[in-house]
Amino acid sequence: MEKAGKTIITVVGKDTVGIIARVCTYLAENKINILDISQTIVQGYFNMMMIADMAGATKPFGDCVRELEELGGEIGVSIKCQKEEIFQKMHRI
Amino acid sequence: MINIGEVIETNEMVEQENLDVRTITLGISLLDCIDPDLSTLKKKIFEKITRVAKDLAKTGEEIEQEFAIPIVNKRIAVTPIALVGGSACKTPEDFASIADILDEAAKAVGVNLIGGYSALVSKGMTKADELLIRSIPMALTRTERVCSSVNLASTKTGINMDGVRLMGEILLEVAERSKDRDSVDCMKLVVFCNAPDDNPFMAGAFHGVTEADAVINVGVSGPGVVKTALEKVRGESFEVLCETIKKTAFKVTRVGQLVAKEASRMLQIPFGIIDLSLAPTPAVGDSVADILCEIGLEYAGAPGTTAALALLNDQVKKGGVMASSYVGGLSGAFIPVSEDQGMIDSVSAGAITLEKLEAMTCVCSVGLDMIAIPGDTKATTISGIIADEMALGMVNQKTTAARLIPVIGKGVGDTVEFGGLFGYAPIMPVNQFSCDDFINRRGRIPAPIHSFKN
Repeated sequence: MEKAGKTIITVVGKDTVGIIARVCTYLAENKINILDISQTIVQGYFNMMMIADMAGATKPFGDCVRELEELGGEIGVSIKCQKEEIFQKMHRI
Repeated sequence: MINIGEVIETNEMVEQENLDVRTITLGISLLDCIDPDLSTLKKKIFEKITRVAKDLAKTGEEIEQEFAIPIVNKRIAVTPIALVGGSACKTPEDFASIADILDEAAKAVGVNLIGGYSALVSKGMTKADELLIRSIPMALTRTERVCSSVNLASTKTGINMDGVRLMGEILLEVAERSKDRDSVDCMKLVVFCNAPDDNPFMAGAFHGVTEADAVINVGVSGPGVVKTALEKVRGESFEVLCETIKKTAFKVTRVGQLVAKEASRMLQIPFGIIDLSLAPTPAVGDSVADILCEIGLEYAGAPGTTAALALLNDQVKKGGVMASSYVGGLSGAFIPVSEDQGMIDSVSAGAITLEKLEAMTCVCSVGLDMIAIPGDTKATTISGIIADEMALGMVNQKTTAARLIPVIGKGVGDTVEFGGLFGYAPIMPVNQFSCDDFINRRGRIPAPIHSFKN
C-alpha cells in the first residue's frame, strides 16, 4: 500500500496520565512528524487531534492505523487515524 | 487548516449518526461478451466480471481504512441480460443458466449482490425480453445474489400494459417459489418507469447501454445525520429547516464524492455518478420517516407528509448537487417500509396506507418499496398497483418503481422478517375492489402529451 501524506489522528477517551506521551512515542519511533496538536474536553471526554505528516513513515498506512488502534486499547482510549482529505472535502468548498 | 471541532463533527456523524457510504457499485458492460453459443457466452461473462471486478472488494476495504468511513456494500451492475443473452437463449431455462453464472461471478469476487438480470420493455417486448421475464422466478429461486429489474414504462414511450400484466403474474410466481421463506425472493425484483442507466442501488441497478465499458457509481446515505442536524433547529422557520438539510446533504455527499474518486483512481475505472439518496436501514437512528417526524409529524403518513417529503427531497438534491461533479441515479429520499424502523412504526400505528405511500412516491426518488402485502392478492390487483405507480412516473417525468412482496400464506396483521439490512414489515392491506377488466386489455398506454417536446 502506498504511503500517506497528511493524516489526522484523533484520541478520544477518559483523561489519564501519559496519553500524549505514549502516542507521541509511537509516532516518533515510526518517523511520523507531528505538525499540530490541539485538544478539548467534550461532554467530559478528552479529545485530542494531531495533524501528522506520514510521508516519511517507516510503515504502510494500514499498519499504523491498526497499531494505533491497539495502542489505544492498551491505554483505554479510542485512537483513530484518517487521511486528511475526508475532513477537507466535508468542511471546505 | 482543519480544526478539532470539524474533526469531531465528522467522526460523530460516522460513530453516532450512521453516516456511511451505502454502496460502491461497479457497472460492467457485457455487450462485448455476446455470442450465439450459450456456453461460450457464459464463459465470457464470467471471465469479464471476475477480471474487471477482481479488486473491487479489496479496494472498498482499503478506502474504509484510509478514511475510517464504513462502505456498507460493494456491488456489481451489468448490461441488461435480455440484451446480452438474446441470441444465445432459446428458453427461459437458458436465461436462468446465465443467472447462475452471474451468481458464481458475484461470489468469486466477493460482492453481496449483482444487478442486471433485467429487461427494458417500456414500449414492447422482444422474444428474448419475454423469455427473460418468464425465467425470473426460476432464476431468483436458484441464485442467491442476483437481482432482477424490468423497465415497464417511460415518459417517452408510455406504459407497456402487456408487460405490467405479465409482471403481476411473475411476481406471484416468485412469491410462491419462496413461500417457505416468507416469499423473500420478491425483494430481489423491482419494476420501473423511467429506469436510470446508472443507478447504484439494488435491486434495480443495471449497467445501461448508454454507459462506458466499466464505471464506478456510488450511493451515499445518511438519514441519521440529517435527523440529528434537524434536532438542533426545532421550531425554527422553513428557511432555517431547508438550509440545515441542504448543508447536511452537502457534507454527506462530499464524502461520497471523495470515496468515488478514490475508488476510481485505485481501480483505474472512470467515475460515473454519485447517487444522492437518503437510504434508510432498520438500525435505530437511520430512518427517513424519523426525519419527517423531526420536521413536525407525529408519524410518517399524517397529513402534511407529502409536503414534508417534497421539501426534504428537494433540499437533499440542492445540497448534494454542488457537492459532486456528477450526480445521477435515483437521487432523492427512499421510503422503503421494511428497511426503515420509523416507517414500520407508522404502519403498525395505522398511520400510513398503501395509497398514502403512493402519493409520497410522486415527490420522492423512487416508489412503493419493500412493501409486504397479503399473499392472496390477485395478480391483476398487483398489476393494477404497478400500473398506477408507472403512471405517476410517466406523467411526472420521474423514475418510479414498485418492489412489492406478496407473502404467501400470510395476511393483514401478520409480520414478515427479511433479515439484516432488509428489516421486517407488517403486512399492509390492499384495496379489494377489482381492476380485472382494465388489466386484461391488450397493448400499451400511449406516451403522454408532454413527452412531445421536439
